[in-house]
Amino acid sequence: MIDTFFNATIMAQAWPIILAGLGNTLALSLMVVPLGLAGGMALALLSTLRSPWVRWPLMAWVDFFRAFPPLVLLIFLYAGLPFAGLELGGFACVGIAFFLNTGAYYGEVLRAGIESVAPGQIEAARSTGLTRLQALIWIVLPQAVRAVLPDLLSNTLEVVKLTSLASVVALPELLFQARQAQSLTYNPTPIVAAAVVYFLLLWPLVRLLSRLENRAVAAR
Amino acid sequence: MGGWERFAETFLNAKVMERYWPDIVAGLGTTIELAALIVLSGLAAGLALAVLRSFGVRVVNWAIVFVVDLFRALPPLVIIVLIYFGLPSIDVVPSGFVSTWLSLALVLMAFSEEIFWAGITAIPRGQWEAARSTGLGFGETLAHVILPQALRITIPPLTNRTIAITKGTALGSVVAVTEILGQASSAVSNSYNPSPLTLGAAAYLVLFLPVVIFGRWVERKFR
Amino acid sequence: MIQAKGIHKQFGALHVLKGVDLDVAERELVFIIGPSGSGKSTMLRCLNRLEVPTAGSVVVDGIDLLDPRTDLNHARQRIGMVFQSFNLYPHMTALGNVTLALRKVAGKSRAEADEIGHAALARVGLAERADHRPGQLSGGQQQRVAIARAIALEPRVMLFDEPTSALDPELVGSVLGVMRSLRESGMTMVVVSHEMGFARAAADRVLFMDDGLIVEQGPPAQIFEAPVHARTRGFISQIQRH
Ligand SMILES: Nc1ncnc2c1ncn2[C@@H]1O[C@H](COP(=O)(O)OP(=O)(O)OP(=O)(O)O)[C@@H](O)[C@H]1O
Ligand SMILES: [Mg+2]
Repeated sequence: MIDTFFNATIMAQAWPIILAGLGNTLALSLMVVPLGLAGGMALALLSTLRSPWVRWPLMAWVDFFRAFPPLVLLIFLYAGLPFAGLELGGFACVGIAFFLNTGAYYGEVLRAGIESVAPGQIEAARSTGLTRLQALIWIVLPQAVRAVLPDLLSNTLEVVKLTSLASVVALPELLFQARQAQSLTYNPTPIVAAAVVYFLLLWPLVRLLSRLENRAVAAR
Repeated sequence: MGGWERFAETFLNAKVMERYWPDIVAGLGTTIELAALIVLSGLAAGLALAVLRSFGVRVVNWAIVFVVDLFRALPPLVIIVLIYFGLPSIDVVPSGFVSTWLSLALVLMAFSEEIFWAGITAIPRGQWEAARSTGLGFGETLAHVILPQALRITIPPLTNRTIAITKGTALGSVVAVTEILGQASSAVSNSYNPSPLTLGAAAYLVLFLPVVIFGRWVERKFR
Repeated sequence: MIQAKGIHKQFGALHVLKGVDLDVAERELVFIIGPSGSGKSTMLRCLNRLEVPTAGSVVVDGIDLLDPRTDLNHARQRIGMVFQSFNLYPHMTALGNVTLALRKVAGKSRAEADEIGHAALARVGLAERADHRPGQLSGGQQQRVAIARAIALEPRVMLFDEPTSALDPELVGSVLGVMRSLRESGMTMVVVSHEMGFARAAADRVLFMDDGLIVEQGPPAQIFEAPVHARTRGFISQIQRH
């Protein structure tokens, strides 16, 4: 059992490959998290426009991408678009898919946050001469983000985990590298190692979230 | 040929669609079956763990918290790959279907345990005390007084989390499960046309869009 | 009816009860007063084992509550308890609140339980409100449902922990009225409360607790008009100023 799943020799061989994968996973996360946040922020700010011409299409957009499994979106971009002569490459596909998918999720979270801020805040800011957008950015958003910080973190955890999908389009992130090493060595140790790396990387965030969530419950 | 016709010819090719829609429908059936199994077993296991945790046996609770943390931290695809490619090394050979079911059920178990537990602990202590003072036992109090109240407040977060995890059934295509995406992908490579992917995407929307909208409704109703 | 001897209770380093003896005779109404944090609630909760004393013994109606062989759930049916914050089950109707234990612990059929439940609600003047949820009832009505929930089980003893403190002043009377009629029916009662008027009119004995001990006890007239102990005097003069 130990020799199968925790084989030291194979571990030594696979380690550099895994480490490179970890580096790419981190780099990928640093790209897609801000991307998704930016998309979500745009959606949330748009949703403050009360017009039904904005709200309904926005809700449809968000629900569309929440209903769509991110892997399906990714495969569609990666394997479908080339038929239309649009060869984007794995990296760009991952970027676009995450922007659309995680943007929708971040957007929902931020919208809930903005709606939780008292309307008097905007009125007070406007009364001091700030424009609507200035009031949103400087007064409402900071309070909104604080109100939904646990949800934002929880979503970010999901996004980092989701970067493992990039292995399907051959981006050499952690899971992809581990599977490469596994097929080279005919031994599952590299995948176990990747799982351990993921766990060590994300466990602190999971602990923190669990605390924040329990505190939110206790406050009710 | 105009731009739209080229586009339609490529992504909405009637001939290809006609040829492959039965495959996609079969895939839809598999996806539904997989999703139903994941939801039932994942939520049942999560509730069971939360109830077990409420007994307050310290060692047991540490173990529960660890398992929950583990399956919250690991990407579902990593768990699927680990089970599908790892277990055969010790002569357990789970199918792609079983690997996906097991993995996502474990993930849903972890998330739902956390949510159920938060719900149970949110019920004021006075409810326990009132019930116990009338002679109800621990289990009866949990079943008739605490859980009915706890479940109500867990419904919105639980619905959203369940939908998000159930969408992960598409990951099964990576380990050769013939669910929607798997069927669509092989149809694409057989027909050299992406229309089956369009069909597959439509199938996902038909399946999950009502569920997402239902989730929105639940959130409003139970807030 | 109640024999509690040498009760000690510690929460970690905090010594809340420091050797309390309490004997309550059948049909007696014992009234407990004392400053906040003196251990009144803790004492009361020891009498149905919601708190487990660190030392001492509690015997109620001949049942030793601290004996591990005692069927606690059975014993608790004979000891009704009413809480400051009502603690009604919000997801059930008034009748549902009253009949839950009848069905699940006393093993009554639904029809039987409903009949008893309706009778209990009638006793507290809420026959009409059987199908209301707690959220649709006033505080006074909720507390009366809570009393009905306890008396439906035909307890031998009733414990009240500040049953009127969470109520608006105009609702207090209805709850005290129900308690008085219980008293007249011969129920043995232990009441923690600040309702001095009720104590004067209905209590057989008043206990003054301070710092985990019973400092002084006697008939209401004696405790309220001629307290012996300095701490009792201080406390009585303080509450009478309000
Ligand atoms: N479960 C507990 N854990 C720790 N400390 C407790 C617990 N329950 C009560 N205490 C402490 O024990 C002391 C006595 O509490 P108790 O509730 O018995 O006082 P009380 O006389 O009923 O006061 P009040 O008039 O405010 O209700 C207080 O200092 C309280 O903080
Ligand atoms: Mg008290």
